[in-house]
Amino acid sequence: MSQEIQLPELGSVGLLRYGWRQLTSMRTALILLMLLGIASVPGSLIPQRTQNPIAVGAYFKDSPELSKWMDRFFLFDVYGSPWFSAIYILLFISLIGCVLPRTIEHFHAMRALPPPTPKNLNRMENYSKWDATGGELVTARSWFKANRFRILEQEGTISAEKGFMRETGNLFFHLALILILLGISFSSLFGMRGEAILNVGERFVNTPTSYDSLTYGKLFKDGKLANFIVTVDNFDAKYNVLTNAPEDYTLNITLQQGDLSIREKRVIKVNSPLTIGSTRIYLQANGYSPVVTVRDSEGSIALQGPIPFLPQDGNLRSIGAIKAPDANPQVGFLGSFVPTYARSNGNGAISVFPQALDPRLLLSVWSGDLGLDSGIPQSFYRIDTSSMQQIGLKSLKPGEVFEYSGGSITFEGYLKWVNLSFVDDPGKNYALLGAIVAILGLLASLFTRRRRIWIRCGSEIEVAGLAKNAAPGLEQELHKLIRVLKGEI
Amino acid sequence: MSRNWAYLSNYLVYSSMAVYTISFIAHAIETAWAIKIPNASSSQTFDFKRTEKVARIATAMMVLGFLLLFAGVIARGISAGRVPWGNMYEFSITGALAFSGAYLAALRKYDVRWLGLLISIAVLLTLGTAVTVLYVPSAPLVPALKSTWLVIHVSAAIISGGVFLLANAVAAAYLYLDSMESKGERTPWAKRLPTLEYLDQLSYRLVAFVFPLWTFAVIAGAIWAESAWGRYWGWDPKETWAFITWVAYAAYLHARVTIGWRGRRAAWLCLFAGSTFLFNYVYVNVWGTGKHTYSGL
Ligand code: HEM
Repeated sequence: MSQEIQLPELGSVGLLRYGWRQLTSMRTALILLMLLGIASVPGSLIPQRTQNPIAVGAYFKDSPELSKWMDRFFLFDVYGSPWFSAIYILLFISLIGCVLPRTIEHFHAMRALPPPTPKNLNRMENYSKWDATGGELVTARSWFKANRFRILEQEGTISAEKGFMRETGNLFFHLALILILLGISFSSLFGMRGEAILNVGERFVNTPTSYDSLTYGKLFKDGKLANFIVTVDNFDAKYNVLTNAPEDYTLNITLQQGDLSIREKRVIKVNSPLTIGSTRIYLQANGYSPVVTVRDSEGSIALQGPIPFLPQDGNLRSIGAIKAPDANPQVGFLGSFVPTYARSNGNGAISVFPQALDPRLLLSVWSGDLGLDSGIPQSFYRIDTSSMQQIGLKSLKPGEVFEYSGGSITFEGYLKWVNLSFVDDPGKNYALLGAIVAILGLLASLFTRRRRIWIRCGSEIEVAGLAKNAAPGLEQELHKLIRVLKGEI
Repeated sequence: MSRNWAYLSNYLVYSSMAVYTISFIAHAIETAWAIKIPNASSSQTFDFKRTEKVARIATAMMVLGFLLLFAGVIARGISAGRVPWGNMYEFSITGALAFSGAYLAALRKYDVRWLGLLISIAVLLTLGTAVTVLYVPSAPLVPALKSTWLVIHVSAAIISGGVFLLANAVAAAYLYLDSMESKGERTPWAKRLPTLEYLDQLSYRLVAFVFPLWTFAVIAGAIWAESAWGRYWGWDPKETWAFITWVAYAAYLHARVTIGWRGRRAAWLCLFAGSTFLFNYVYVNVWGTGKHTYSGL
């Protein structure tokens, strides 16, 4: 170590202050904003766990080594990653540190008078002079007043200023950005979001165990889950017969709130969620649950009920797994449900329409160890068949039974299921308010110009003007003023 | 009934393509004549009267093409019983409409007629792709699109897009003429184009003009997402790229207003920002995943 880098004498307080000033400069804020833009790119190109866990799984399967490395850099969770959070938290701090002092400064500047008229107006770019005819000062004063300039009058001169809306709007814009960020943080601390798949006819009691997945903010309390019960009465899907595309989904439910004694009928549609207090319920997805009964060799029931299957295409060909761990030996069925059956050459059974016009359940039956006791979490829709044996293959119509060695399975029919999201997002109104203020502030700051105009009246009239940021339009304005002063208009 | 409207719409779209083609040819002739001004090297100022008549035809055809396309888009909407923004074919024809509309609107105020060559070919290529690759029969909306926000959000986004692309065309012209001037004098045909400074200002004004609208489009999208999907922001690829476009244009405006960028650097930044918009349209609709996959591809 021969030479230390020479820093200015700052001391620790000085260094902190220096750092703070750097962080809260507009330049830093902008760089952070750019960084946030750049940092959001990978998440749009690489599948994200929060949006597409299945694609992430496929990634891991295809290139396990690479995926492991990518995962270390949170590339499958970009928007929740420490580095992404670091950028926006810094941006947040930077914005606050930058905008608050400016707001105070601007507040003072707005109430201050414009600075006095400079001595040498002829140095200004937009300068003109002509011989006085008298009364110009009075005319100028009333013109400035009529055009809402703020003026300072001194010894035969007027200094006028206008366009504070630019900075005001600008500050409002930036303050609004802070409000949006606050709204988002508020939601992530106090909000909650849960998902549940419900078959038609089922009841949902709003307790943590009813959810398939439930996440809540650090400051959201368990006891705060709203008190309600939802019963799925009916789900109706309409499809276009030409394109097979869905046209309308209507979900009818019965809602019980509060002391649960009142039952109300309600409708949920894709663009109109149900609002219960601060919780909203959204219709997200739907599909079919084949209803099956599995019996063992003695005829006693090992499993009975609807099993939700996962849609694979627009015609709702769905796959799923039926697991009967209570059978002896254990038995599992890998299934495919097609609502409107057709045979394709090559692909086996396909569905040709999303409505259940001619439903089939196609099963492969596996016997052996389902691996449910291994402690490794298992997919609801898959079976690990590595220690199992295939003992049958069958396509069933509703009501049909398939007997295999060691038992039977009956395809009783099907139910529709709906996937509901339950969301409590207490910060969203602040974010919305912030967004509205941001637009208004932006408009005000983009479309107003801050400028000063001076006039000095003696034997000659001198007029000059100056626009901040060389904003256009000052020339015309001056021209107009001059014509007014000369009595031309 | 709705079938007939759909046929009518296709018919109108094809007619508008024919008219845009005429406009393109007229613009091309105008440019060619301007190139072949006699004694170009000897005189400093040129008289473009000869090309003026053709240029007027070109603009008139552009207006007619716009009207036909407008009618075509409306008929498409009537045939489906909704606003015509349900799939990528419809986004494309409406986008082409917005683009040429932005040009014609700018033409009333600014000297941008020379851009017509670029505009007409871009519109033709967009419409050509739309009718050949992207076409899908007219059909009602999928449930997620059934919302008034479709009208608000998509119209704001499409109009912003049209103006952004126009600003890009101006910025590209700037770069082209700038490199031409740096090699010496402008070639004769380019002498009738506006000054570099004018182009520089024009692309800035276009961006400054629609940036608030784009902000609004993004926010309207967020409000819609809240009612359709249960969250107003989820970093879906489409949302992410809308944000990136927004950041890129904010950078452009700041670079100009606060740092004072002008000329080449500003033009490149403008082109970059516009390309994030295009990328969003093409990549996310065609290859992307996420919730915004209504493109019908
Ligand atoms: C430290 C924080 C920031 C400060 C002090 C700041 C300051 C400014 C100033 C002074 C202007 C107007 C230029 C003028 O007319 O004098 C401006 C405009 C603008 N700012 Fe910022 N800015 C900051 C951060 C940001 C951020 C983070 C964004 C975006 C999210 C942003 C977006 C804009 C936009 C879009 C404009 C309009 C450009 C224009 O005036 O033409 N700013 N900002």
